[in-house]
Amino acid sequence: MSTPAVELVDVTKSFGPVTAVDHVDLRIENGEFFSMLGPSGSGKTTVLRMIAGFEQVTSGRVMLAGSDVTDRAPFARDVNTVFQDYALFPHMDVLANVEYGLRVKKVPKAQRRERAMAALESVQLGPYAARRPTQLSGGQRQRVALARALVNRPTVLLLDEPLGALDLKLRREMQLELKQLQREVGITFVFVTHDQEEALTMSDRIAVFRDGRVEQVATPAELYENPATAFVAGFVGTSNLLTGQAARTVIGREGTFSIRPEKVHLDSEVEAGFTSVRGTVTDVVYLGSVNHYVVELDAGPTLTVLRQNLHGGTDQALGRRGQDVTVGWADEHVIDLSGRAPEHQHPEHDQHDQEEKS
Amino acid sequence: MSFSRATRAVLLVCTGLVLLFVYAPLALVVLNSFNTSRTFEWPPPGYTTKWWSSALENPGARDAIVVSVEVALVATAVALVLGTMAALALQRFRFFGRDTVSLLIILPIALPGVVTGIALANAFLTMFGIELGFFSLVVSHATFCIVTVFNNAIARLRRLGGNLEEASMDLGAGTFRTFWSVTLPMMRSALLAGALLSFALSFDEIIVTTFTAGTGIQTLPIWIYQNLFRPNQAPVVNVVAAALIVLSVIPIWLSQKLAGADESVAAAR
Repeated sequence: MSTPAVELVDVTKSFGPVTAVDHVDLRIENGEFFSMLGPSGSGKTTVLRMIAGFEQVTSGRVMLAGSDVTDRAPFARDVNTVFQDYALFPHMDVLANVEYGLRVKKVPKAQRRERAMAALESVQLGPYAARRPTQLSGGQRQRVALARALVNRPTVLLLDEPLGALDLKLRREMQLELKQLQREVGITFVFVTHDQEEALTMSDRIAVFRDGRVEQVATPAELYENPATAFVAGFVGTSNLLTGQAARTVIGREGTFSIRPEKVHLDSEVEAGFTSVRGTVTDVVYLGSVNHYVVELDAGPTLTVLRQNLHGGTDQALGRRGQDVTVGWADEHVIDLSGRAPEHQHPEHDQHDQEEKS
Repeated sequence: MSFSRATRAVLLVCTGLVLLFVYAPLALVVLNSFNTSRTFEWPPPGYTTKWWSSALENPGARDAIVVSVEVALVATAVALVLGTMAALALQRFRFFGRDTVSLLIILPIALPGVVTGIALANAFLTMFGIELGFFSLVVSHATFCIVTVFNNAIARLRRLGGNLEEASMDLGAGTFRTFWSVTLPMMRSALLAGALLSFALSFDEIIVTTFTAGTGIQTLPIWIYQNLFRPNQAPVVNVVAAALIVLSVIPIWLSQKLAGADESVAAAR
């Protein structure tokens, strides 16, 4: 295997009595779009800041392209960051912002101007070079931040929830654009987000964080189809989790199981390899392209069922409230989570919210 | 908010009264500087510019102005350097006793001038064996000038946060480069506002000055105070006062403009 772009070896970070990052090992390959996904306070931003050099590790090593950078200052690391609030310099125009890194590295004026303009063109902001950051929209500022980081051609680009401040539509556009840009430049992207949909859309691989630890590192499909823990199953997409009594009555075995809502059929026929159980529809939420049913099984537990709106309309869907139904699923779609990495509890981490520290 | 016609009238009258109360005496000073009467008779028997020309030729007043400007400039320069450094240290680093240090820096502005003045004069004369004069005066003024610079600087740093500095370092700039290219430009308007205020404080300081200036030099407020009750000098003092009123409009106007610039910094965040 080639040298990874980023390697974290047993990295721990404590803020006083609070452990924000707890013995994390990560290996991010060259040219990869790697996402760190997790709820706020899970340690993903702290990990990013340790790669950038803004935070010192408490223990462990940080490697960049094979060399140990653990004790190096941010300005001595070949990474650049796109900040959550962009952190553009308000007293400089857009071009000066983008040129800053090159100016610091004493790139000759003509050359740095050319490279900065090329970077601005690549994010479609060429005509805005003379503007001040205050004169730009949120989406435009985001692109300037991107150009300012990419113009330095870093080994790794770190992105700290860069789309968080944008509205949904712009966000979707930027997701695709970012992904495309990453393919074009071929730089390793390390992307922090708490939005599982965003992570699934863009990433080659995703690390799911929880309470300062990595729960699972996998491709988006693997993460969704084959979650390693109940937390991952619940955090990436939605899941019907069945444990204890519920597992015994519905699945017929001891353990923890997950069934995705879209894998559950309504009005299912009994067939081979299929489990069918009876229940009552207690609620229906009409979502346009899909309907969201809440079914209380006669055996006790409640399932969420997601069905595409292929036939019928609102009235038909909403009319099912209160009806007795048979729900079923293919046995192969039951994900067995028992015997996987045990859940660990760090309740004290919930107090500590690194992401909202700003 | 909208007001009824009556409310608006009342508010206008109140505002007018307040302004009249503050500015009528000041207007009187300016008017009296043209009053032909040596004892400021009211209404003025006639108008003249002769007090203005004799004030311009008065060596005591001229020297005092020069001393005051020099002291204020040097004290402000010292305050700018020390105040900025103190603000950076207190805002950017966490250390034991940080809040106490912050309090100790701000305290001199609240201490009675008499106390500061006596304490400083004693220290200079007995502890350090330094003659009272220009040096002791500048140091004494700097003790309270630092406060205005420090307060402005730390408020700005607090609002800026560390993000821009992190971005600068992320782009390869070292500590000094970051301070020079990012931190200092972002603090510029706050430092200017602090410096203007500091200059003004030093310029019209009288109590601490009385104790620490010694006998050799005279600042403008001291000169005014000493000449105010000499019948011969009264019209000249009045002219100097009128000139100061006109001159003090400049820093206020400047600092208001800077406050406007501050808002655009805030909008950038």
